[in-house]
Amino acid sequence: MTELLLLALGASLVNNFVLSNFLGLCPFIGVSRRFEAAAGMALATLFVLTIASGLSFALWQWVLVPLGLEYLRTLVFILLIAGVVQFAEIMVRATSPLLHQLLGIFLPLITTNCAVLGVALLNVDRQHGLLESLVFGASAGAGFGLALLLFTTLRERLDTADVPQAFRGAPVALVTAGLMALAFMGFTGLGAR
Amino acid sequence: MAARSTFHAGLALDAHKQQACGTPIVELPPPTQVVLALDQGTGYSAEPVVTVGEAVAVGTLVARTDHPSASAVHAPLAGIVVAIETREAAVQGGRSVCIVIDGDGSDRIDDSVRPVADPAALSPEELVQRLRDAGIAGLGGAGFPTATKLASARNLGAHTLVLNGAECEPWICCDDALMRSAADDIVLGALILRRAAGTVRCVIAIEDDKPAAIAAVTRAIERLRDDALTLAVVPAVYPQGAERQLITAVAGVEVPSGGLPADAGVVCQNVATAAAVARWATRGEPMLSRLVTVTGSGVAHPCNVRAPIGTPLAALIAASGGYRGKPLRLIAGGSMTGRALPSDEVGLTKAMNCVLVATRDDIGSRLGAVELPCIRCGDCADACPVGLLPQQLLRAALADAHDTLRQLGVRDCIDCGLCDYVCPSQIPLAHRFRDARRRLHEAEAMARKAADARERHDLRKRRLQAAATAEQQTFESVRDRARRPGDDSTGDTN
Amino acid sequence: MNPGAIVVAVLVAAALAVTLGVALGWAAAHIEPDADSLVERIDALLPQTQCGQCRYPGCRPYAAAIANGAAEIDRCPPGGEVTVRALAALLDRAPRPLDPEFGAPAPAQVAWIDEAKCIGCARCLPACPVDAIVGASRQIHTVITLQCTGCELCLPPCPVDCIELRPAPAVSQRYSQPRAA
Repeated sequence: MTELLLLALGASLVNNFVLSNFLGLCPFIGVSRRFEAAAGMALATLFVLTIASGLSFALWQWVLVPLGLEYLRTLVFILLIAGVVQFAEIMVRATSPLLHQLLGIFLPLITTNCAVLGVALLNVDRQHGLLESLVFGASAGAGFGLALLLFTTLRERLDTADVPQAFRGAPVALVTAGLMALAFMGFTGLGAR
Repeated sequence: MAARSTFHAGLALDAHKQQACGTPIVELPPPTQVVLALDQGTGYSAEPVVTVGEAVAVGTLVARTDHPSASAVHAPLAGIVVAIETREAAVQGGRSVCIVIDGDGSDRIDDSVRPVADPAALSPEELVQRLRDAGIAGLGGAGFPTATKLASARNLGAHTLVLNGAECEPWICCDDALMRSAADDIVLGALILRRAAGTVRCVIAIEDDKPAAIAAVTRAIERLRDDALTLAVVPAVYPQGAERQLITAVAGVEVPSGGLPADAGVVCQNVATAAAVARWATRGEPMLSRLVTVTGSGVAHPCNVRAPIGTPLAALIAASGGYRGKPLRLIAGGSMTGRALPSDEVGLTKAMNCVLVATRDDIGSRLGAVELPCIRCGDCADACPVGLLPQQLLRAALADAHDTLRQLGVRDCIDCGLCDYVCPSQIPLAHRFRDARRRLHEAEAMARKAADARERHDLRKRRLQAAATAEQQTFESVRDRARRPGDDSTGDTN
Repeated sequence: MNPGAIVVAVLVAAALAVTLGVALGWAAAHIEPDADSLVERIDALLPQTQCGQCRYPGCRPYAAAIANGAAEIDRCPPGGEVTVRALAALLDRAPRPLDPEFGAPAPAQVAWIDEAKCIGCARCLPACPVDAIVGASRQIHTVITLQCTGCELCLPPCPVDCIELRPAPAVSQRYSQPRAA
């Protein structure tokens, strides 16, 4: 139990995929202008990460390893993630067409979100079991969502702030992201004895 | 005396009251002309019931209304109506339809002006209606019809009537003068108002910087020996006299955001309103005159004047010794919440408690000051008596972010101006919030109108569809009936 | 590497692709996209004048056209810049100026019938999209000012040109004019 908790803490805060490992930066910058869109993105990524880590574990454990096809894992995982992402897209369109419009190209681009593939590959490399894989995937998704939502609220506030002309838009967003990454480094000591 | 309690924040300001307060009350003789604004300061107008050329007597009804936020207007002097037209007035927007009456020098009194034989014999409902007919409006500065407030207090079951004698705003002292000179009238009016509002208790609240008024009112209450009529002395902190802040200080309850004082079981009236009610009861006089402070460094002899409603301000200033020096601005109300007046030709309204003839010495420090960027010192939040966050509100107001403005409670702003006063960057915060409230109000009105139009459009579409279907059915049934005998006949021939 | 391994690899990848394809095809066919909620959110931002200046027969059809990408957000002169900005914010698009092809934004207006000239032909009644004209055949008509959207649709049918547009009354008496400075 403690192991799982530490795993979750590590994946979501200490080794936050966005702010410590710098994975999945393109939706982090791209979909952080409005809270509604960011919340949708966070949920979609959480969904995809959890399902994809479960399924990729199953494929790895029961198909690729028995057949000696370990070298196919990148290809197979990408295919699997693409399928899950497409499913997520169908779900989003069915529940909220507005969100579908807001996320636009970033929704199918979850496929190429390096955080997703990263989690699948890390699961394999670290020889996580099924439960561990699921927890690792879900906490990575939660950490991504947390960082994204925090960043979005900061950017929404920046919209009404008196920012110098040269820093408007992307520059001040990147500066903010950098400061957030510094802040998240504070979690490094978490759980250290 | 009740315990001294108060509300959050606020500030003790320079009172500037001694100028006008030291001198006795001046009774102004009837002026030769009055200009009666049909909007008496609430933003809602009464409708004239007289025509140009008609003769009126003292107390003749000249404008009536059914609107809960407007009050009836009566002629304060006998004479002839010479004009009904839009003129500059001491109201929001600076213009209102006005009835102009030229006095004929006589003191003919209208037949309707008769003392009320026994106010205690009237039922509370009758009392409220009679006060409405008499055009009694709040004399504390808002001019809101007293009857409307009393009726809502009855409906919501208020238990305490608070008479507001706090008069916290700098420069103004007409309530103070009234309490010192006519405490018995105020107490009598308090009893009538208490009955009309259906409350159990009545508390007269006075700020502790008015010892003479406190003494006079205490004596008047003692003469009456009524346990349910008490005096509360509250600290002299601005804005102690704001309705909600006073209720918090006296009754210890906070009026809910967006609610009425009656929701907290309290109804608030000004002491001067109570005195006007007493005048109505003893003399049958509708609201014809009020006590107003004429002060500022720009008048020769600041004093309190009892003047007919509609008296041109020039006559008031003349009664106070005329202009002195270089007046910079004419302000209705005090230096914090007052409103600049277009000219001294406008008539006195029921809502005007003070005419401040300000020179550069009085208000100059803020005039022409350059607005600097916000430095986030937070002084405005410390000063705000409502507990709002002016700094955040300003950002939202500048960005026109309506949702944020609503969440931050811009509507609860009481326009006291303390945030302006303390701001080291001289940002006109209260002004910005007033603007933001107006835009919010407009946007919501537009949204309501759009929703209404959508509903009507949908209903029309449905009605047209139903009509088309019905027509189709009629057509089909007629065709079927026409075809059936035809079918029979063809059958016969075959 | 032996040829068998390649065949197995291809088969595994193909099987996975086919499985995913079938599953997604089934999901796409069985999970209905919900188009209405977006149309409603867009419709809520339109001014509901039902004037047809956008060349759609009312505000909701225009909202539907925006939702499915058939129309841009710059076609609503009665809503003006405010509406374009609100739509841009909702759909996270860049705000753009109004397309002058669809008319210029004007201050809010309402129709007014000159009752001296009205002959009671009742032709303007069916033209009003919000039923804001009261009248009947051979009776003088009048416009309910509060409910008129100023769409101008009643102007063309009138045979005697007795309808004119006047500035709309302020939305609220209380804030009708800016305070004197």
